[in-house]
Amino acid sequence: MIGRAAVQPLLDDRQGRRAMVWIMAIMIFLTTLSAALGLSTQGAGRALDRQLAARLTVQVIEGDAARRDAVTAALLGRLRASADVARANEVDRARLAELLEPWLGEAGLDADLPMPAMIDVDLRSGDDATVARVEALAKAAGNGIRVDRHATWLAPVRAFVAALGWTALGLVLVMASATGAVVLLVARAGLDTHRGTIDILHMLGSTDLQIARLFQRRIGQDTLTGGLIGALAGALLVALLGQRMASLDSQLADGVSLQPLDWLVIALLPVAFTLLAMFAARVAVLRRLARVL
Amino acid sequence: MASIVQFENVGLRYGHGPETLSDLSFTLREGTFHFLLGASGAGKTSLLRLLYLAQRPSRGVIRLFGEDMVLSPRERLPGFRRRIGVVFQDFRLVPHLSARDNIALPLRVAGMPEEELAGPVAEMLAWVGLTDRADARPPTLSGGEQQRVAIARAVITRPEILVADEPTGNVDPIMAERLLKLFASLNRLGTTVVMATHDHHLLHRVPDALVMELDGGRLLDPRAAA
Ligand SMILES: Nc1ncnc2c1ncn2[C@@H]1O[C@H](COP(=O)(O)OP(=O)(O)OP(=O)(O)O)[C@@H](O)[C@H]1O
Ligand SMILES: [Mg+2]
Repeated sequence: MIGRAAVQPLLDDRQGRRAMVWIMAIMIFLTTLSAALGLSTQGAGRALDRQLAARLTVQVIEGDAARRDAVTAALLGRLRASADVARANEVDRARLAELLEPWLGEAGLDADLPMPAMIDVDLRSGDDATVARVEALAKAAGNGIRVDRHATWLAPVRAFVAALGWTALGLVLVMASATGAVVLLVARAGLDTHRGTIDILHMLGSTDLQIARLFQRRIGQDTLTGGLIGALAGALLVALLGQRMASLDSQLADGVSLQPLDWLVIALLPVAFTLLAMFAARVAVLRRLARVL
Repeated sequence: MASIVQFENVGLRYGHGPETLSDLSFTLREGTFHFLLGASGAGKTSLLRLLYLAQRPSRGVIRLFGEDMVLSPRERLPGFRRRIGVVFQDFRLVPHLSARDNIALPLRVAGMPEEELAGPVAEMLAWVGLTDRADARPPTLSGGEQQRVAIARAVITRPEILVADEPTGNVDPIMAERLLKLFASLNRLGTTVVMATHDHHLLHRVPDALVMELDGGRLLDPRAAA
């Protein structure tokens, strides 16, 4: 084994090392960001699925306000009694009017305007059979009742989130392979820089593994240093964006957050690339040495 | 005395060219001192490269330490190389290491603990007269000084075989004799020495030395130096 003290001066090229550290920091920073985007979009998609699948809106469309209120009250009672329903609540009419105001103007606030009543229903399960049972139950309460699955009318949103997720996943793969390629390139360049030293060590009786270990260790150190800087910077930015997102106070934004497992994946990125770099350096050195006697 | 180097019908060809070395057959006994003579291009460096295991022959058998080097698996060669000290014709010092660290390199490769290095390295530096230049890097040393660092590095492990390719080519006659004395004393301690040189004045400075002469890649009959 070549002693530790010998290792430092033996592969001394501080300028090259600093460049390596910064390149790795930037690559892993970008990889961290795309990974965070991918993971959080996936999380958002899952949250959306959970929310949408088990949620219905029931509209009672009836010109006569009194009859409408009666049907609505009866329907609410039936729905709440059903074992499939977790919660059923009428959407507050004042709130509804408020929402419609931009379209209807002040008139929207008029209680006499024929406005449908709306009931938000949370189901215990989002499977099709449950939805169908509750839909039938609602429709049996009278004419002019419409049942909308959130999943249906939010389908474009869901599709967009899915597309975003795939894009982010593609981005992660592209960034990861670019980082991997850079790591390989740097490992080879390091080998070229030190070709003379390697040949001398070889002639002095160093084993291939001794020499490979020198490079492996050095490139591993540089990649880990750069990787930690990059991942830390990336994680800080992601956390900052997460805070911003939380303050948006939207249901969709709730899903767009990283779970502990996601953070673990991000924390493992520099480690994974360090191992890749060490492996690449090792292979490059061993291959080169196998060509000489 | 046992033979430590044995060549049998060794030939060496670079690429598809003509044979650079042909029909080399000779035996070196343990503890002997050999000068290798020959005009420039005669094949001295090529022969020495076979000897210090930088190259396998195109044909023939080479036995070192009683073992067949042609059949030895690659993994065993580092172990043999550690028993051979080499002064390369072009020195091959590590340019960013100090003279001291260059000289210490073979000991580190062999795994000697750091705290045991200082003594032998200082002794070698004194032997080659470079104590004052111990911290200088090779590019800041003169040709002769670099050569002395290369020599110190080759002998610091007290190798069983010392291979020196024109080790006095860049030093003045006084230093040349001093370095030759170093080789001779190493030889007295048991090291088998093979030294390529153009300097015929040195031949009779080593008692009992033998001469091998290459001519166009073939060995002339062996003779005594004196
Ligand atoms: N790597 C190589 N590839 C092809 N030909 C080579 C190679 N090395 C040496 N030669 C050729 O082999 C012949 C012998 O070269 P070598 O270096 O062994 O000579 P030498 O006796 O050491 O000469 P000098 O005294 O100038 O050092 C020369 O003709 C040289 O051109
Ligand atoms: Mg030569």
